[in-house]
Amino acid sequence: MTGGDTGGRLVRPFTLTGGRTRPSRADFTLITTVTALDPQPARAVRPQPEHLRILRLCAEPVAVAEVAARLDLPVSVVVILLSDLLEAGRITARPPHPVDRATPDLDLLQKVRDGLGRL
Amino acid sequence: MAGSDRAAPAPTAPASPAAPEAVKILIAGGFGVGKTTMVGSVSEIAPLRTEEPLTAAGLDVDDLAGIEEKRDTTVALDFGRISIGRELVLYLFGTPGQQRFWFMWNDLAIGALGAVVLVDVRRPESSFAAIDFFERRGIPFVVGVNGFHGRHPYPAEEIREALALPEHVKVLLCDARERASSRDVLIALIDQLIDAAASAAAS
Repeated sequence: MTGGDTGGRLVRPFTLTGGRTRPSRADFTLITTVTALDPQPARAVRPQPEHLRILRLCAEPVAVAEVAARLDLPVSVVVILLSDLLEAGRITARPPHPVDRATPDLDLLQKVRDGLGRL
Repeated sequence: MAGSDRAAPAPTAPASPAAPEAVKILIAGGFGVGKTTMVGSVSEIAPLRTEEPLTAAGLDVDDLAGIEEKRDTTVALDFGRISIGRELVLYLFGTPGQQRFWFMWNDLAIGALGAVVLVDVRRPESSFAAIDFFERRGIPFVVGVNGFHGRHPYPAEEIREALALPEHVKVLLCDARERASSRDVLIALIDQLIDAAASAAAS
């Protein structure tokens, strides 16, 4: 059933996600960095094709938004698939650098500035 | 069904290749003002796009104008990437231009270092909503005046006045097509953040 998600703003294609509408674990943002574990866990359940595509994409660390763009899937769907992979112990997820406007991180800002200066 | 086997607990091992931490800056402004152009001119990858399907279910009634007939609306988000060394990656997100997608801006703004509001001198009013958005939420921003074909008929101060911007908000004349010009706008934003942090620490 696809009509019950009254709290959400987005219609999610449910076929890829087995009807689940929410990540079962972890809070994936657009810029959470995901990385496939190498080696992959031996005893885990065989991943589905969409899961395998994601695992190939995040062999190197990559942001959630990039996974979505490269797979041409909505972010909301990718997050559900990533939650499966995280739960199965196949990927790690690194949250974005926290931004606190009350206490700005001068060291971080300087790093970003230096990096931009090299462009 | 795959995925229902919970026998193996998720390991807490660190990521195999060291995963960089990410930060983001928003590139905002009215529809067609050059946001994706700016993202593309500084990004190390060709700008990527994600599309999110959308229904009116979660929108306030006021936001329905113009989309009630369109059942399959999507919100597109263009973004690019700049690697800052091995441990840090800066993502640039172009905000959806149409005002009715303002709610996406809320999600996007969470955790952003700040924003660039691009202004088209031929129709500055198309960027008013973006300026309001960041001002009201206390999100730091600079204004980049994107010259049509790189031409700038008005000096920056005149544009500041026209937009009624406070003194601490930088206004830069730029050409979003040029890498160096877009980079300088981003650097101006970071400098503004550094200045604000320094003066906050001093007081």
